[in-house]
Amino acid sequence: MILENIISIFIINYLRKNRELTVDFSKWEKLLKIGIGVGAALCFFEVTHLLPNSLLVILTIILFGGVTYLSYRVPGFSKGKSLVYAILPYMTISFAGQLIEIVGTDFFEKIENYFEAAEFFAILWALSIWWSGRKQKKALEIERLKALEKEREYEISQKLKAELEIQVTARTAELTRQKEELEKTLTELKSTQSQLIHAEKMASLGELTAGIAHEIQNPLNFVNNFSEVSEELLQELQEELDKGDLEEAKAISQDVIENLKKIHHHGKRADGIVKGMLQHSRTGSGQKEPTDINELADEFLRLSYHGLRAKDKTFNAGFKMDFDPALPKVNIVPQDIGRVFLNLINNAFYACGNSEYRKHHSDLKPMVTVSTKKLGSKVQITVSDNGPGIPEDIREKIFQPFFTTKPTGQGTGLGLSLSYDIIKAHGGEIKIKSEKGKGTEFIIELPI
Amino acid sequence: MKILIVDDEKDVEMLFRQKFRKETRSGNLELIFAFSGAEALTILGESDPPSVVYVFSDINMPGMTGLELLDQVKKKFPQISVSMISAYGDSDNYNKAIKSGAKEFFTKPIDFDSLRKEILDLINT
Repeated sequence: MILENIISIFIINYLRKNRELTVDFSKWEKLLKIGIGVGAALCFFEVTHLLPNSLLVILTIILFGGVTYLSYRVPGFSKGKSLVYAILPYMTISFAGQLIEIVGTDFFEKIENYFEAAEFFAILWALSIWWSGRKQKKALEIERLKALEKEREYEISQKLKAELEIQVTARTAELTRQKEELEKTLTELKSTQSQLIHAEKMASLGELTAGIAHEIQNPLNFVNNFSEVSEELLQELQEELDKGDLEEAKAISQDVIENLKKIHHHGKRADGIVKGMLQHSRTGSGQKEPTDINELADEFLRLSYHGLRAKDKTFNAGFKMDFDPALPKVNIVPQDIGRVFLNLINNAFYACGNSEYRKHHSDLKPMVTVSTKKLGSKVQITVSDNGPGIPEDIREKIFQPFFTTKPTGQGTGLGLSLSYDIIKAHGGEIKIKSEKGKGTEFIIELPI
Repeated sequence: MKILIVDDEKDVEMLFRQKFRKETRSGNLELIFAFSGAEALTILGESDPPSVVYVFSDINMPGMTGLELLDQVKKKFPQISVSMISAYGDSDNYNKAIKSGAKEFFTKPIDFDSLRKEILDLINT
């Protein structure tokens, strides 16, 4: 029975070493040591024959039974299962043999051969289980290594992921910062744009002032002349009354009445011009009203012409008006469309009337023509000049904000861009026809 | 004596008529008016030889300018005196007018005293 006990000791030792880590092992440690001790003691008694053989056999069975119980029933020692499984047939046969031998030695001797054969097969069984267990173990080991490798890869990828996350956070912060910066810049640009639009308005008002001064000067001259002449007339009237020529006195007083009407008329004319100027400088809130386009074009053509004349003595250009007398009134914001007229007319005058161009084309008589025409449900206004024309590559850009061909500081580059916006806001169209060396034509179409 | 005044501002007529009231009443002076260069040329061409002896013209008028009218008048009726009246008394306009044969160059607002003197000089000669 020594072999059986050694097997038990071996299995107990195996269980000690291969316990599952999840189990609290301290309470089993003592028991396992006792088991080893019991196994060793049984071997000792076997050799020394100090105890009867039958008792030894039973104790040996109990020890192995305990080992089997541990392996199969106690969680934490399940690794011993396969070992017990391998050796169990041999042990059972061996124990059965021993027990039979104790009960009836004669009977045992009869069947000993069978037992030996059974033991042989049981050993074969144990060996084959051990062999396949080893193979399984190897496969498991490979699996384990693979799992380990996978785990390592996973760790590496986790690390990379963490690094990436840090990078992403940093990048996100950077992008957020850039976005905020851009938003700030956009706000700044928007405010700059509105400032520039205001500046353009003021600049065009500046261009207007000279023209306005002239346009006011005309009615003022009349006011002065008519009041002066009325004074003279009234003196004559007194003389006639002294002479007693009542007919003549009546005629003179009629003249004075007419003169006062004229004074009033021209006073109102000047008043209207000042009002128009104020309207021009006012921002937004323009109301659409039925407007006589011919009158408006006439007003701004004169303002533009006299403005340029007053500003630049070397400027010289003629202008023509070709107005359709049957033009219906159009519902527009007069000061806005007025600004468009002013921009286009100023540009036209600048194109053909600037001294640099005239120097090289002295034979040409600079001429700006403003014409109006009714076209079905539309009104067409054309501003044309006989300047150098607009080169094709520039033609597309001229409605872009800040595009200007004038020397720095002389144009805001917003005039045409604003004109474009104003005409679009009125549901209209603005087009260019230009021929090199012949001149340029701006065509506006407004719905009636 | 017939004088033609050309200006696109229609009220000029009333002003001139009142200013030269005495002269026209006495029959020494007859004033006629045109409101564009083209109209002036039509009036001048109505009688041959033209009855008008003196033309006073504004320069800045829509259509034909005063300077163009001056050239036309000098070409067609060299015997008629032409003087310019302009709000722009700059040297460019002045030189052009004088070079084209203008007799005088008056600036706006019109100094009627000097204008009357010019006309009276004409009547007296």
